[in-house]
Amino acid sequence: MKDKEHIRFLQGNEACVEGALYAGIDFFAGYPITPSTEIMEHLASRLPQKGGKFIQMEDEIASMGAIIGASLTGKKVMTATSGPGFSLKQEALGYACMAEIPCVIANVQRGGPSTGNPTHVSQGDVNQAKWGTHGDHAIIALTASNHQDVFNITVEAFNMAETYRTPVIILLDEVIGHMREKLVIPEPGEITVVERLRTSVQKGVDYHPYLPREDGRLPMSDFGGEHRYNVTGLFHDMWGFPNNNPKVVSELLRHLMEKIETNVNNINMYKEYWLEDAEYILVSYGSSARSAIHLARNRRARGFKIGVLELQTLWPFPADMVREKCAGAKAIVVVEMNMGQVVTQVKNAVDHPNKVFLANRVDGELISPSNIKTLLRMIQGKGV
Amino acid sequence: MERSRLVFSGSGGQGVITAAIILAKAAAIFENKHAIQSQSYGAAARGGSTRSDVIIDDAQIYFPKVTQPNILISLTQESYNTFAPIIRPGGLLLVDSKYVTIEKKVDARHIALPMFDTVMKNIGNAIVFNICMLGTLIGISELINPESIIKVLGRTIPEEFMEMNKKALALGLEMGKSAG
Amino acid sequence: MTKPAFNFKDYIRPRFFPHLWCPGCGHGIVLGSLLRAVHELGLDKNEIVITSGIGCSSRISGYVDFHSLHTIHGRALTFATGVKLSKPNLKAIVPMGDGDALAIGGNHFIHAARRNIDITAIVMNNRIYGMTGGQFSPLSGSGKKATTAPYSTIDRNFDVVELAKSAGATFVARSTVYHANECKDFLKQAISHKGFSVVEILTQCPTYYGRKNKEGDAIQMMEGYKTNTAKIGSKRLESNPHLIQRGIFVEDTTVPEYCEAYDKIIETAMKGKA
Repeated sequence: MKDKEHIRFLQGNEACVEGALYAGIDFFAGYPITPSTEIMEHLASRLPQKGGKFIQMEDEIASMGAIIGASLTGKKVMTATSGPGFSLKQEALGYACMAEIPCVIANVQRGGPSTGNPTHVSQGDVNQAKWGTHGDHAIIALTASNHQDVFNITVEAFNMAETYRTPVIILLDEVIGHMREKLVIPEPGEITVVERLRTSVQKGVDYHPYLPREDGRLPMSDFGGEHRYNVTGLFHDMWGFPNNNPKVVSELLRHLMEKIETNVNNINMYKEYWLEDAEYILVSYGSSARSAIHLARNRRARGFKIGVLELQTLWPFPADMVREKCAGAKAIVVVEMNMGQVVTQVKNAVDHPNKVFLANRVDGELISPSNIKTLLRMIQGKGV
Repeated sequence: MERSRLVFSGSGGQGVITAAIILAKAAAIFENKHAIQSQSYGAAARGGSTRSDVIIDDAQIYFPKVTQPNILISLTQESYNTFAPIIRPGGLLLVDSKYVTIEKKVDARHIALPMFDTVMKNIGNAIVFNICMLGTLIGISELINPESIIKVLGRTIPEEFMEMNKKALALGLEMGKSAG
Repeated sequence: MTKPAFNFKDYIRPRFFPHLWCPGCGHGIVLGSLLRAVHELGLDKNEIVITSGIGCSSRISGYVDFHSLHTIHGRALTFATGVKLSKPNLKAIVPMGDGDALAIGGNHFIHAARRNIDITAIVMNNRIYGMTGGQFSPLSGSGKKATTAPYSTIDRNFDVVELAKSAGATFVARSTVYHANECKDFLKQAISHKGFSVVEILTQCPTYYGRKNKEGDAIQMMEGYKTNTAKIGSKRLESNPHLIQRGIFVEDTTVPEYCEAYDKIIETAMKGKA
């Protein structure tokens, strides 16, 4: 039986935990909230088994603060939340953007706004992931539609957090978080794990925590180490000292945006199904992508030229890739469970926005293949 | 294999969801099939109608919900009344005869068996009611190899409870085979 | 080897000066007391992480040559909790203003105390929001004037010492910037204490609180700290029980410290797995 121990049957939230452990998580702080709680429950038992630290904080804001503090001591950190908790975390999330702190935030989406529909699915936080905190900033947000991919994007989330010194958001949804399916845990080394880039500057030599290297990366120095420096949410100079000199302000803001936006191709993760000759393309992500693929597979079997572009990187939005993949399509249907968030991005990306349609569902139930089919028939002028 | 779409229903505490997980897990890990389990969530932790969906297939499963089960298990009257109408015509409808009175209004193959009473009479512990139910289901449907269920149990439950679980499974299998 | 004499230049970041505090502000005295305390304890600068929130007082973190984390309003204790739990050998010091610590940060304050995590919280209490221009705080008390209480405050104030005590802090002390040496001594004991320690330091804001409430200039306000306070156990307090009490109110070493308690969890978890 031991030989099958790497094969697990678990919830998406647990797949996220397995991914985090594979990536080397050391520290988790969180606050209970449906439908993400399983992530914290499993880490409460798993982290101390490997000498890591878990803390249940007094609220969502505190959890976000705690992981930022822990990251500065050199740890790989994560918190997990859902809708209202994600709202509460936004100020500290912006701090992590500004102070360039690697950290991972999982948001298992539920119906909103407000307390909304806590035990039901939604994908209504896509725009919040990008614009939730105030001020211009760039962010990375990843999502997945099955547990193997949840595992993979979680590892990538940690990798990207370290590579770009930024918070990375894992946008799961209630269906993915709660349903159970198979996960094959890869062998160590099978997936690349990016470790923290630490400064090679020796004791006694000036270390500039916020002076990017030639390649744009910013090596870090752990709190408790030889380099003592300041970390602040104010605009700051290369030493980390508050500075509102217009040149410093402008350069820092541009740096924060560009380090992400110029790497959109490196950050972009996606999957495609039957796109090569597709006349109709379904663009989807998360659990709704499952319905899109289900429908496309059935229609393909009947000779219908339909394909699916499944997005795994939602932010920065991979506009060029979407434009290329959708160039030859007669119609592009964005399948999502909100009032139209990714569809706006797709319309902006493609050459003919009038060919872009929205197939959505916002009642707390997973959008079904037949929901999508209905819209497709309307686009084709076949009625319903 | 034809895709199997199952709905397990009953009341909180009967082990309905656990049974669904065990079945799906056994199929996914030990029979190399694709399997998905999901359940409905409410705010209350105990009581009320519970439902858990399982899909088992040789092919990749994308849409994870069951809209029309070809197998429905109902362990309470309330859940039977709620879910019987969604069964696929000609499907298998398994109920416990102690808890459910069948009202053959739907086109299905109804099987009512005294699973609960059999467990209480032979084992005397209601905790393995759900394992007996799984045994019965497998006895009727031959969905998977019962050995796979035992392998899953071996992974998850303490050694001292294994015998009791194996016995409950065997009781169910026997009942299922003779009914099927 | 004898310890070198205290020189504040060994502990500050000259690049960051001049500081932004107003002439007559008491915060510089808190800074001085803190640096002297660190010096006398013989701590390595690399082992100290000073974490602060937002406000006049919170700027103290940038001025000192320790690892410094200037965070967001009210949440400094949460960031410090992450630092401390992930690397317990570091000394965590968290200076906060009264609004920062007890209005927006009040929840974090009581929960850090409840956990008894080894952090030294310094509440620099000037009874006003200074950086935003003189609004009343939860420590102003009723009958005070502020820009947001032009007719006087009706809000009662917290008693920091009582709040910290009842929330479970295991070291609680109060002093004032008039008593700079006492401040230093309390801070030394607080930093050495294993557990959550709170030191409230009354510090004047002549610019806003003093002017609005006609308490005079900095010198007059400091003299007020001399005349209106008394050490606990002193004859002066016995004969004037209404004076503000100074001293160490709680020093309890029997409560498990949070990071040490968590180490035991790790031990248990590792055994369970093996």
